Amino acid sequence: MNRQAQAVVLLLLGGAVIRASVTDLYLRYVKEGLRPFLIAAGLLLVAAAIMTLWYELRPAAPRALAPVGGPGTGHDDHGQAHHEPRVGWLLILPVLGLLLVAPPALGSYAAGQAGTALGSQQQSDYPPLPEGDPVQVSVLDYASRALFDRGASIGDRRVQLTGFIATGADREPILARMVLSCCAADGRPVKLGLTGDVPAGLPDDTWVEVTGRYSDRLGRDPVNDAEIPYLEVESWRQVPAPKRPYD
Amino acid sequence: MSTDTDRAAPADEPEGRSAGGGVDTRERASEPAVGEPPRRWLGDRIGSVEVLAALLIILIIFRDPIAAALDDPRLQTWTTVFVSIMVQAVPFLVFGVLLSAVIAVFVPRSFWARALPRHPALAVPAASAAGVVLPGCECGSVPIAGSLIRRGVTPAAALAFLLAAPAVNPIVLTATAVAFPDNPEMVLARGVASLAVAMIMGWLWLRLGRTEWIRMPRRPELDDASRGRAFWAAVRHDVTHAGGFLVLGAMAAASINVLVPERWLQTLADNAWLSILALALLAVLLSLCSEADAFVAASLSQFSLTSRLVFLVVGPMVDLKLISMQAGVFGRRFAFRFAPTTFAVALLIAVGAGAVLL
Repeated sequence: MNRQAQAVVLLLLGGAVIRASVTDLYLRYVKEGLRPFLIAAGLLLVAAAIMTLWYELRPAAPRALAPVGGPGTGHDDHGQAHHEPRVGWLLILPVLGLLLVAPPALGSYAAGQAGTALGSQQQSDYPPLPEGDPVQVSVLDYASRALFDRGASIGDRRVQLTGFIATGADREPILARMVLSCCAADGRPVKLGLTGDVPAGLPDDTWVEVTGRYSDRLGRDPVNDAEIPYLEVESWRQVPAPKRPYD
Repeated sequence: MSTDTDRAAPADEPEGRSAGGGVDTRERASEPAVGEPPRRWLGDRIGSVEVLAALLIILIIFRDPIAAALDDPRLQTWTTVFVSIMVQAVPFLVFGVLLSAVIAVFVPRSFWARALPRHPALAVPAASAAGVVLPGCECGSVPIAGSLIRRGVTPAAALAFLLAAPAVNPIVLTATAVAFPDNPEMVLARGVASLAVAMIMGWLWLRLGRTEWIRMPRRPELDDASRGRAFWAAVRHDVTHAGGFLVLGAMAAASINVLVPERWLQTLADNAWLSILALALLAVLLSLCSEADAFVAASLSQFSLTSRLVFLVVGPMVDLKLISMQAGVFGRRFAFRFAPTTFAVALLIAVGAGAVLL
């Protein structure tokens, strides 16, 4: 891969990163806080590409490197063949991933592969739920309150949470939401069992908004043997996938 | 005309590179007078870019079949994980490369002679301490260590920095404290063990390391008369080079992520020694970034604290994407000695630290 081609690849990579971070595409892969760094890195990549092209294409600029005349005149591209990295061709793959494929956020398949993220260590005193009936909580918040203070801070309140449908232990639908700490490679599911008016007949990965109350039933995740709290569903409706797919 | 294409091919064709290079020299030697450098150069240039353009056009035309082929949930998860590792790593890679280009071009050699203790054995702890202060990620620290060596820093110190920078820094330690709220001793154990590994590896290199294992490619452009040109050449080169190896590592890590279900780990967790070994290997295979691995370790709750400490100490120092990048920057002979040794040392130190501190 010669320098011009490298410049083009850098330009594409920088452009793909900038495009992903000015739209909401990047939220499928990383945390929101990374956005300014992504934009800065994208701009730097574009700058590196432009500077490379500028230095390469400038007509007959004083080339400090190229020996003028003499036997070595074959230009510096003989040396270039030795130190210009071939492995750079691979950088096309993330460009394609971002520009052409743009894979969806992690869903039910990843949730089925990993154990629920609520292991042992959690706090046990939770602040009271915010105002509202039903009160909007995240799957993670509900699950940790239900699991670690046995629903004491939920009480008899009606809660509303959004997640996607996945298949649980006994082929029953469960509500799941992935949590990220850095990027989707470390994404872990938070799983919630459903009782009451269980959303039936929905394919996996369908996003739903469920309203319900605390249930003291507990299940077990077959993957890591951790406890899975339940929710007593009163009503549910199908919703489009949220802008921020992760909790 | 035919010679033109012959010469253009080697630069474009990844496989035939070395063979092509040989042909190139012979032909050049045989026709020194006839050679027309500008035309040759143009042919060469258009070659690589043309291949790229054709490739992109083909991919855009076949966009729908490609998307359809990725419909399988496993492939889709693979793509998501791969893309997200790359997106996560790009800022760290770019900023690391920028810093390494500044070191390579703007920081004079004499600076390192003054900044680091003269004796290599003392330079090792100093470099480790520098690694602690700089919040780096493993993707950025490989090119930085590379340009430190290039600028005359003793390899032992540069390698200690390479290991310490991603493993112990304020961001990583804070993340560990947040992930293990009930076990603050985990933060201490991680910091102490990682620092110890970095320094031991530095000192080991002083005793056993051979300079010829590190084979760093010649980089004539770094000595360019124009600092600006040298700087941007270094940035361009390091991003394509280290970035390309990062892609390799990210593909490997995404494959492990999808192919190894967590269920398998469950069966290993019950045996104390097996679980330590399993999590050490998992850390190598998963190639998580060091800012995130504490949260994953916290979620592996079926494993003992010591085995999770091993996961946290090994991960930032040896993993697939690091091995791939080290092989690219320092040469394969180096990486295939350095990575297994680091793995063994990190495993032993982490188990020791776990026994004492946890």
